[in-house]
Amino acid sequence: MYIKLTNGIVYDPVHGINGEHRDIYIRDGYITRKPSSHVKISKTYDLKGKIIMAGAIDIHTHIGGGKVNIARMMLPEDHQADLVSKTNLTRSGCGNAVPSTLTAGYRYAEMGYTACFEPAMLPANARQAHMEMADTPMVDKGAYAMLGSDDFFLRMLASKKDQAAISDYVGWTINASQALGIKVVNPGGINAFKFNQRQLELDEVNQYYGVSPRDILKSLARAVTELGIPHPLHVHGCNLGVPGNLNTTLETIRAVEGMRMHLTHIQFHSYGTEGDKKFSSGAAEIAEAVNKNPNISIDVGQVLFGQTVTASGDSMRQYAGHWHAHPKKWVIMDIECDAGCGVVPFKYRDKNFVNALQWAIGLELFLLVNDPWRIFLTTDHPNGAPFTSYPHLIRLLMDRSFRNDMLSNINKEAATASTLSSIDREYSLYDIAIMTRAAPAKSLGLKNRGHLGSGAIADITVYSDNKNKEKMFSKPDYVFKDGELIVRNGKIVKVVNGATHTLRPEFDKGIEKSLKRYFEKYQTVSLGNFKIDDDEIVEHGNGKIIVQPCM
Amino acid sequence: MDITSKTATAITRDVTCPFCGILCDDLVIQNQDEKLKILENGCPKAIASFEKEVPENSPKIKGKKVTLDEAIDAICRILKKSHTPLIAGLGTDAGGIRQVMHLADKTGAVVDHMHGNGLIRNTLVLQDLGWIMTTMSEIRNRADLIIFAGTDTTNYPRFFERAIWNKQSMFNLKNDKRQIVYIGDKLNTKAGINPNGKRPTVLNCKTEQIGEIISSLHALVTGATIDVKEIAGIKIKTLETLAEQMKSAKYGVIVWSPGELDIPHAELTIQNFCEIVKYLTRITRFAGFSLAGNDGATTANSVCAWQSGYPLRVNFNKGYPDYDAHRYSTRNVLKNKEVDSLIWISSFTSDINSPRASIPTIVLGTPDTKLNFKPDVFIPVSTPGVDHTGQLFRTDSVVALPLKQVRQSPYSSVDSILKQVIERM
Repeated sequence: MYIKLTNGIVYDPVHGINGEHRDIYIRDGYITRKPSSHVKISKTYDLKGKIIMAGAIDIHTHIGGGKVNIARMMLPEDHQADLVSKTNLTRSGCGNAVPSTLTAGYRYAEMGYTACFEPAMLPANARQAHMEMADTPMVDKGAYAMLGSDDFFLRMLASKKDQAAISDYVGWTINASQALGIKVVNPGGINAFKFNQRQLELDEVNQYYGVSPRDILKSLARAVTELGIPHPLHVHGCNLGVPGNLNTTLETIRAVEGMRMHLTHIQFHSYGTEGDKKFSSGAAEIAEAVNKNPNISIDVGQVLFGQTVTASGDSMRQYAGHWHAHPKKWVIMDIECDAGCGVVPFKYRDKNFVNALQWAIGLELFLLVNDPWRIFLTTDHPNGAPFTSYPHLIRLLMDRSFRNDMLSNINKEAATASTLSSIDREYSLYDIAIMTRAAPAKSLGLKNRGHLGSGAIADITVYSDNKNKEKMFSKPDYVFKDGELIVRNGKIVKVVNGATHTLRPEFDKGIEKSLKRYFEKYQTVSLGNFKIDDDEIVEHGNGKIIVQPCM
Repeated sequence: MDITSKTATAITRDVTCPFCGILCDDLVIQNQDEKLKILENGCPKAIASFEKEVPENSPKIKGKKVTLDEAIDAICRILKKSHTPLIAGLGTDAGGIRQVMHLADKTGAVVDHMHGNGLIRNTLVLQDLGWIMTTMSEIRNRADLIIFAGTDTTNYPRFFERAIWNKQSMFNLKNDKRQIVYIGDKLNTKAGINPNGKRPTVLNCKTEQIGEIISSLHALVTGATIDVKEIAGIKIKTLETLAEQMKSAKYGVIVWSPGELDIPHAELTIQNFCEIVKYLTRITRFAGFSLAGNDGATTANSVCAWQSGYPLRVNFNKGYPDYDAHRYSTRNVLKNKEVDSLIWISSFTSDINSPRASIPTIVLGTPDTKLNFKPDVFIPVSTPGVDHTGQLFRTDSVVALPLKQVRQSPYSSVDSILKQVIERM
């Protein structure tokens, strides 16, 4: 059965197609070549004047797992103004900053997204993360396993185990937790906090283990490379939110010595100490470093104004930030000699100097980093803002006069301190297609996603062009998932489940011997039960597993 | 497990025990001719639950035997007529709760767990000021001062064995270095005696007075002086000593069991624990730990939160989730006649039974369920982690464990029964 999308204007950066009229053919869930003329086309969509892109991909969004669920439970007030009724097709739920899983899936699809990746899955909590992702319909999903503060890894590093053994452990973790990548959060800092250390600089050592964040980063980045994991080490660096942390970030870029690295929510790591308030933008320096180092990719973690909640694995920095909680309640957890988390509600205010400058710093980064293939559009949902604000963010990037209007509303000192008003750059639709589709798919190693060439999975979004880009990106005309029409005029018309993407890197199974000893001596779960079987993800009928190839 | 012959003996290792909230996952279970025996690591509770005889039973409508199919049809008939069902008990695994949530959404039901009173005591604290918490493996390896407030862990028989008295800990924390303190009423403090015979510190007081003692300790750790000789029958000197111990602990933990703090406004006492933990965290590391989660309570609360956005208790009657921890209790909605049918689910225990209500009542219970009334529909159900695989959350709400099947059961799971109900509705 063939479906034809005709007369549309295609943006497909993987194939260099920049706003050209192309017909697209779909067969059995895939995009395919134009069939011979005698083949019957079952359904044709006339998309005259409409914009066609691949389905959007969110490379960093906290959609599932323990800390998100703590945030949901802690914040009934987040939901009460955003209740979602059931329909004939869809289940009930709620928003806003920490929506119910079902509502999150629906809303992502209604915005034209077809894949979302949870960036901070604790191996000890992976079973929950997968259950929540399985209950997030419409989109494909996957997760990065968090390492770097777990005692098993730190013991290996401290006892100078060779890199091959560490890589085996990292490979084992990806398999055991059904992950698609590796994330490190405040490298070693979550662990140091358990020993009552309150900060950890890049070259400061963990009091117990005597290893530094730099050692951890290098070891994990090497493991990711050696295992052939497509997505580079996903790094939430040291000193999140600390004025002056731009130097830590620059030093972190140097620390990996040319290995590939993804620096996530870099906005929170781009602060200087200039000015009366000892808080300034480091965006120019950071952007320059990113521009110069092709091994580095980033996502921004844009701040947008309003009430949200910050949910992070970084228990050390979240504890430090709890004084700013709004409303005044917060959660910190130490977890299973594995990691930790912190959940702190926060309200970003446009008239507050620091918040306003954070907003400007994020936009400066977007506009000063030259290569859209290495910068991804995120708000670090929900930490900078809920993901539902993406269309607004896209408008800020694409529309300079709108951006300057917004700039004139923020705290005056912050507006003056920022270079934003002097930056003329506007993102094109092609740039947006790169940063929200082609580039994240490439970074994650999803070869048949993020583009519209023959052989691609038919995850496709169709928009009506509009001068107001926020309107345009809020409500796609059509969204196809695996070739099926799932959204029409911004509303769900069919509910699908989406798949879970994983990797199966090879590793020496001998590592399980020392892991088994470690689990028996120190853990309260057995090694066998720590691992997540395929059946557990598939059994609940909510999806399938797609194993992506390693490099 | 693959049982091909009726006379086979099968041994399964690393079995997760679903019968209390700490989910020990090291049981070794023998199945001989479908009779189970725990060969290793069974506590009295696990032995009683795994090894009990499963009586023959069958689905019934008003006490009369029917087929499963007829029983499911009868459930659908009741639910179709019902304006607001109550789905309560909720003693099931993650798969079962997923179906409960779906059915509740579909039928506009209220959902509550049989241990809801305990659950909400913690929820109210979380939603008011939050907390700092830890998990079992952290306690096992780090905790050098553990204060049991109002619980002696009797309901969680292997807690000390699994989390405290270890042969080895990662940071060389010898058992003699661990200080155990009990605060509460008539607690059995035997488990707190360390393997070398060192006895715990015990502060006897009424459960209602625990909050007062913790508040006094909070004052003392901040440096305040208290100008009385005794608080709740405890000498100030004793409290001063304990306050000093707390400040000098490297990793202190306060353990409570919300279900056992059965006093009015127990959430205020729990909040006292959480606030002293927060204060001590300014100086050293301290954390709370809640012992709960029997009968799948933690699982029900977690799944409810991610599917609806709210922890228990939720009412779907308006077409969207409406959360109210007090109003939507099983007791209140029955008393206030806010519901007009009841589904009671209990697949782990027959000790806690469905309330007798004057509305159509459906019971999905273990085959040995004994009721003092004839429900409109009864279906005997299999037990997750014994008769079928599944997943449960441990008390810390972080670790979820896989459940194994160690026996063939003629009975259906809650998950599969509710799935059929949903399909037929």
